[in-house]
Amino acid sequence: MSLRPDLAVIAAHVDPGSRVLDIGCGDGALMLALRDAGCDVRGIELDGACVERCVSQGLSVVQGDADRDLADYPDKGFDYAVLSQTLQTASRPDRMLDELLRVGTRAFVSFPNFAHWRTRAALMFGGRMPVTRAIPVSWYETQNIHHVTIKDFRELARAKGATIARDWYFAGERPVVRAGANSRAEFAVFELAR
Amino acid sequence: MNAHSQTLTLPGPLLLDGGGELARVEVAYETYGDLNADRSNAILLCHALTGDQYVASAHPITGKPGWWERMVGPGKPIDTARFHVICANVIGSCMGSTGPASEASDGSAYAMRFPVITIRDMVRAHVGLLDALGIGTLHAVVGGSMGGMQALSLAANWPERASRVLVIASTSRHSAQNIAFHELGRQAIMADPRWNDGNYYGGEAPDNGLAVARMAAHITYLSEEALTEKFGRNLQDREAKSFGFDADFQVESYLRYQGSGFTRRFDANSYLYITRAMDYFDLAEEHGGKLADAFAGTASRFCLVSFDSDWLYPTSESRHVVHALNAAGAAVSFVELSAPHGHDSFLLDVPALDRVIGGFLG
Repeated sequence: MSLRPDLAVIAAHVDPGSRVLDIGCGDGALMLALRDAGCDVRGIELDGACVERCVSQGLSVVQGDADRDLADYPDKGFDYAVLSQTLQTASRPDRMLDELLRVGTRAFVSFPNFAHWRTRAALMFGGRMPVTRAIPVSWYETQNIHHVTIKDFRELARAKGATIARDWYFAGERPVVRAGANSRAEFAVFELAR
Repeated sequence: MNAHSQTLTLPGPLLLDGGGELARVEVAYETYGDLNADRSNAILLCHALTGDQYVASAHPITGKPGWWERMVGPGKPIDTARFHVICANVIGSCMGSTGPASEASDGSAYAMRFPVITIRDMVRAHVGLLDALGIGTLHAVVGGSMGGMQALSLAANWPERASRVLVIASTSRHSAQNIAFHELGRQAIMADPRWNDGNYYGGEAPDNGLAVARMAAHITYLSEEALTEKFGRNLQDREAKSFGFDADFQVESYLRYQGSGFTRRFDANSYLYITRAMDYFDLAEEHGGKLADAFAGTASRFCLVSFDSDWLYPTSESRHVVHALNAAGAAVSFVELSAPHGHDSFLLDVPALDRVIGGFLG
């Protein structure tokens, strides 16, 4: 099974043998890839069925709420903290970013870009909250409570004193260049350090 | 299935947390599956309060199947075709390991002369057994309820002895509510005139008190949902209420049956000593008040499992341990499983538990 594009980028750029915390690890796809690369990888996941699947594959995953439970992890206990497609579900994404850079020396963050042209078009011409390939769930049942754009995220990182070490952009499976990414990319992946 | 029943006499006295020692300690245990050549495939299974070593073999008194036969055996989640499973009766108990019913040096039963023991004392006896068996590092230590306390105690005090630590429906400390229910049970036993300050061996045992203790405890092992589902307000073998104090309701009849059945296989003094050991259990207290310090530097992998209907050792207790393990940087998994049966869920048919255990043990 091939990894989702943002996870594939992260898996390819984590140094082998690192200590990694995957926050919102889902069914453990990234964790398995990182374990194969010799990483010591841990996960946090809210959904019990996902946790059960992870544990039954021998992964170390704690069922919990990242908004609350990250506080239990020691400072710089990990080389990397990974937050894939979860930032926009956090109750306070700004605090979550602080926590990421506290528990990890570096952080990978991926999220759907709300400024993608399809999203803009849905709002501008349809006058409705967008339901797109990247944001597939209706406004009333989506877990995405803090929609964010690539520009917004860059600004948040700057305000938090984080440096963007590397960045990647995608439309579906296809990479998109940085120039114009805020309207052309459906997803972004950032590697941060502080 | 093929089991080996054996009893080991520890080579020296067992030093106890309470300050004293037990001079001659016997540990009765069962094993299942073969130990491999490099002695690396052993799993120590720790039993609960009223459990015993007959995890997957018929109970010698009741003849009933082992208490975890659904989990332990060839091809089962704890696979005896691959692992050498050891289950030892805890000291203080009454199924062959040294306890209050055992003979003291003067030839009569210890009764209440038996020293008050702790969970760590029980584990110390287990470690003595492992030493005698030549098993250095266990593939895993596994336990539910009080068995989970033993697993945590082994991990904290003998961290090099187990590569994996699996703790199900358990806690790192007894809560006020836990202690309260145990005290109710103990007082029921002590209020039985036949208890006679513990000196009833050779005569009639305080079965009435012990049965009440078991009935009260049994309620805590279930959930309101399970009781309602199983019994509701159904009457027992009658059309109408009797306007008396017979067991009119099915749930009364069930509890009475549980209570009287228990007295056939369990010693009242053992019940006093083991519940006391559980009440004294506070792993943080043993390690300077900070639970994370109990696990500092551990290289073991941990897995904790709780059940959403367990109000005796609720999910918050497992989370408390998980938080400490995270703070200690330990490799830990935790999952709260959904099951309707309350605390007893760990003994019953919960397929998700089978998958988690099988996956964690590898």
